[in-house]
Amino acid sequence: MARKRRKKQQSIEKLKVSEKKKRVNGSLGGDIAIFVFLCLLGMFMVFPLYYSIIQSLKPVEELFVFPPKLYVINPTTNNFSDMFKVAASSWQVPLSRYIFNSVFITIVICAANLFVCCCAAFVLSKCKFPGSKAINQIIVIALLFSSNATWIMSFLVMSKLHMIDTYWALILPSVSTAMGLYLMRQSMTTIHDSMVEAAKVDGAGLFRICWQIVVPNSKPALMTLIIFAFQGAWNIQGGALIYSEELKTLPTVVQQITLAGLARQGVTFAAAVVLLIPPLVVFLIAQGNVMETMANSGMKD
Amino acid sequence: MANNNDQPIIRQGKWKYTWHMMKTNKSCYLMLLPFMLFFTIFTIAPVVMSLPIGFTNFNMIETPKFVGLSNFYTLFLNDDVFLIAVRNTLIFAIFTGPFSYVLSFLIAWLINEMSNFWKTFFTFVYYAPSMVTSVYVTWQLILSGDSYGYLNAILMDVGILNSPAQWLTDTSYILTVVIIVQLWMSMGAGFLAIRAGFQNIDKSMYEAGAIEGIKNRWQELFMITIPSMGPQLLFAAVIQISASFTVGIVGQNLVGLPSTDYAAHTIMNHATDYGSIRYEMGYASAICFVLFAAMLLANKGINWLLGKYLD
Repeated sequence: MARKRRKKQQSIEKLKVSEKKKRVNGSLGGDIAIFVFLCLLGMFMVFPLYYSIIQSLKPVEELFVFPPKLYVINPTTNNFSDMFKVAASSWQVPLSRYIFNSVFITIVICAANLFVCCCAAFVLSKCKFPGSKAINQIIVIALLFSSNATWIMSFLVMSKLHMIDTYWALILPSVSTAMGLYLMRQSMTTIHDSMVEAAKVDGAGLFRICWQIVVPNSKPALMTLIIFAFQGAWNIQGGALIYSEELKTLPTVVQQITLAGLARQGVTFAAAVVLLIPPLVVFLIAQGNVMETMANSGMKD
Repeated sequence: MANNNDQPIIRQGKWKYTWHMMKTNKSCYLMLLPFMLFFTIFTIAPVVMSLPIGFTNFNMIETPKFVGLSNFYTLFLNDDVFLIAVRNTLIFAIFTGPFSYVLSFLIAWLINEMSNFWKTFFTFVYYAPSMVTSVYVTWQLILSGDSYGYLNAILMDVGILNSPAQWLTDTSYILTVVIIVQLWMSMGAGFLAIRAGFQNIDKSMYEAGAIEGIKNRWQELFMITIPSMGPQLLFAAVIQISASFTVGIVGQNLVGLPSTDYAAHTIMNHATDYGSIRYEMGYASAICFVLFAAMLLANKGINWLLGKYLD
C-alpha cells in the first residue's frame, strides 16, 4: 500500500518537475520583466510613505534643501518633540490626550467588533432558525453600504440619540460591520458540522461552542478582522461628530497640523508618521499569522 | 444545526411552527442580538431612512416638512452641480472600479508565482497605501503649484513644462490628479481577498490540469484559477463598487471642498456639502438615496455579469 502510494507520489512529482522546468525555460525573460514591473509599480506605491518617514527624520537644515534628498544625513527626533510642543502651545489639551483617545477607541472597537461579529457569524453559519436566510441576504447587500456612504444619514440618527460629542458616536457605528460579519461567516462555514455536533453531544452550550470550538478554528479570519477593524478605527476622524477638544482623535489633530501647510513640514510629517506606523505594524504582524494559519488550516475528509 | 430535534414538533400550521422554531432557537437570537442592534441603528436605519427624509425639508432644528418630490426634482433638473458630480463620480467609478479591480487581480496573480518572502513583501507594499489616510502631505509636496513642487521641478528640468503647473487648482488637472491618488489608495480589501483566493486554490487542481493537458499559463488562468476563485472575485467586486461610488474624501482633503469649479466634485462631496456644511438634511438624504440606488443597481449588474461567467 505504502509503496503504491509512494509510486503515485513519484509520478506526480515527476510531472510537476517537468512542468516547472518547461515553465522556467520558457519564460525566464518574462519572469524578470514581471519582477521589474512589480518593483516599479511598488516604488510608486511606497514612495509617498517612504518619503514622509524620511522627511520626518530630517533636521531643519535638510528639510528645505532643493532639490530634495531621498535620504537623511543626520537623522533627528526633533520633529517629534516639536510636535508635542506645537500641540501644547496651540490647544488647551496636550497631544497625549489625543493619542490616548485614538488608542482607547481603537482597542474598544477592535474588541467589541470581534466579539459581536464572532457571535453573530457563528449563529448565522451553523444554526438554522426562522429569519437566518433573510439576515444572510441583508448582510451581503449591506456590504455595499460601508460607513463612508452612510455617515451623513447616521449623523442624523446619532443626533436623535443624543450621541453627538461623546465617545459613543465614534465607537458604536464601527462595532458591527457587515464586512466583519461576512468574512467571519464565510470562514466559519468551512468548519465541519461534525465538530459542532460533537461539542453539542458533550453538552456544551451555543456560546461555549462558539468560543471554544469554532472561533479558535477560524484564526485567519480573526486576524483579517483585526486588520480591518484596527485600520478603520485608527483612522476615524471625529468630523462633524465631535467638537469638544478633549474627545478628538489623533487623525483630526494631524489634519489640523497639516493645514498649517508646508512651512511647518517637519512637524507635519512627524504627525503623519505617528499616524502611519501603527496600522502598518499591525498589518505586518497579522499578515504573517494569516499566511501561517492559512497554510495549516486546511481540513479535508 | 440547532436543537430542533429535541422535542416532537406538532405541525399545526405555518405560523405556529415558525413560532415553535423561534422558541427552541432563542439562544441563537440572543447571540445575534448585539450585532443586529448596532447594525440596525447604524447601517440599516440610515439607508432605509434616506428615502422618507428625502421627501422632506429638514434642517435639524425645525420639524421636517413634507415637500413631496421637490428635492428629487431640483436634484435632477435644477442642480447643475449635481450633474457635474454625477459625471465625475462615473469617471472615478470607472477608474477606481473596473480598472483597479483588474489591476488588483493582475498584481495578485503575478505575486502568487513568487516565493513566500516576496509574496509577503509585495502584498504589504501594494496594500500599505490604502491603510494610511494621512500622507496627503507628501502628495501636496509633490504636486505643489510653485516651481519647488517636485513634479513641477522634474518636468521643468526635463523641459516638458516652461512654467509651473497648478496641479491642485487648475481645473484641467484636478480630476486626473485626484484619480491617480485615488488609484494609489484603491488596493484595499478587494486586493487582499483576491490574494487569499489565489492562495486557497487547491494545488492538486493544477496537477490535474497538467495531466489533462493544459499547456500554458493563460489556459491555467482561465480554466482553473478564475473559476475556482468565484466567491473571492465577487466579494472583491462588491468592495470595489462600494469604494468607487463613495470616493470623495481623498479629493476633499487634497483639493478642498468644493474644488475649483467643482472639477473633482463627486456625489459624496455633494452630499457632504449639503449635509454637514449647509445642514439641508432633506436634500442631502435625497442625494444619498440616489447614490444608494445607483450602488445597488451596479451591484446587481456586476453579480449578473460575473455570475454568468463563473457558473
